[in-house]
Amino acid sequence: MIMMITGLLLILAGVSIMLYRKEILRMIIGFTVVDTGIHLVIVAIGYVKGGTAPIIDKAVSAAPPAMAGVKALTRVVDPIPSALVLTAIVIGLAVTGLMLAYAVRLSKYGNSTDISDYEEQKW
Amino acid sequence: MFDQIAMVVLGLISLAAAIYAMYAKRVLSAVIASGVISLMASIMFLIAAAPDVAMTEATIGAGLTTVIFLYALKHIRSRKGDKHD
Amino acid sequence: MIKYILIVAAILGFAWLLLPLARDFQVAEELPPLASEYVQGSPRDLNMPNVVTAVVVTYRGLDTLGEVSVLFLATAGIGYFLKRRHHRKHERTPGSEIMRTGAKFLVPMIMVLGIYIFSHGHLSPGGGFQGGVVIASGILMLIMAEVQFEVSHRLLHWSESISGIAYVSLGLAGLILIGMNHFLDPRFWAAGPYLALFSAGAVPVIYSLIGIKVGSELASVLASIQDEGEEV
Repeated sequence: MIMMITGLLLILAGVSIMLYRKEILRMIIGFTVVDTGIHLVIVAIGYVKGGTAPIIDKAVSAAPPAMAGVKALTRVVDPIPSALVLTAIVIGLAVTGLMLAYAVRLSKYGNSTDISDYEEQKW
Repeated sequence: MFDQIAMVVLGLISLAAAIYAMYAKRVLSAVIASGVISLMASIMFLIAAAPDVAMTEATIGAGLTTVIFLYALKHIRSRKGDKHD
Repeated sequence: MIKYILIVAAILGFAWLLLPLARDFQVAEELPPLASEYVQGSPRDLNMPNVVTAVVVTYRGLDTLGEVSVLFLATAGIGYFLKRRHHRKHERTPGSEIMRTGAKFLVPMIMVLGIYIFSHGHLSPGGGFQGGVVIASGILMLIMAEVQFEVSHRLLHWSESISGIAYVSLGLAGLILIGMNHFLDPRFWAAGPYLALFSAGAVPVIYSLIGIKVGSELASVLASIQDEGEEV
């Protein structure tokens, strides 16, 4: 519960960083903060009260492998949001790297990092 | 009980770092603040019993993203002569 | 002045959209039905203790294939945007004394840790993506410490391409050897004893290939972002 509230507040803080400042690098930092907030919200949904990590070895249930899953059902956290967030973190890194390469080239072309200096592109 | 207190402390540090990233004068301080947010989120994932996600967020969020930001900052700074902020 | 009022109004509107999620949230007491299917099926059918690895590689294998291709597209885009600097090797400053001595001591251990993480992905927390990132950070330490260390881009391209082709062909091997609707099914390899290193079918091989691919991609991105500059 606390994790979900922290995640939602981080999403709001990241969106306000993106809207409030005008330098390109600050907007990319705001985007990274929004990404972290969304991952916190998704992992908070998958938490089971009093659960442990979803790795089934002798500490969770000491039964032969065919029956170990049934004994572990009541003691293990949901594994599906973990798998989704694993993919999402790597894709967030790829998109951030691409945005930074674009920002470096843009600053070399226009010689400034303020977003309001590129107004001749709009019409 | 101890878990709840730890979660509240980590959440407060993350929010303070996010507000600092908005009002800091230099971009370098804001980059370090985003690294701190990723580190606190990684510890929160560990308390919520998701060790794979905690390991991934610690290496990628607090490691590689900060390094790529610092490289991009170096290339942007060496184009213009002076610092703007 | 009116800009700040509009920004505050936008943030409040966004908060009002997100409010029902926080209001109706209750911590779950038991697993949802699909999750209990996966938790039961993973040690019984696939012989794999780590359920998150089972979900990532087998049950949702198509998502992992899409993620690997998105990472490849982003790396190609970054390599396209940044120009490479030639014949400027004498401009790189070497690292300090602590960094050079520490790099000689730490880089072999970092590489062994990365290989351990992605080869034991089905037994303990970890897997291909974490191990690949650790290996890329070891190569980054070598780049920053020594001046004579030149990353050969051709070797990175070849290792990345061969890993990607091998991963897709292992997925197709499941299609050919088992049946018509078993794409990316690792059960065509023999399943060994529970909790051993060579168990759970083809999953250690698949995760090792993903680890090598991610590690060489990120090392190539870091090397090209270091060398960026004007052409001579």
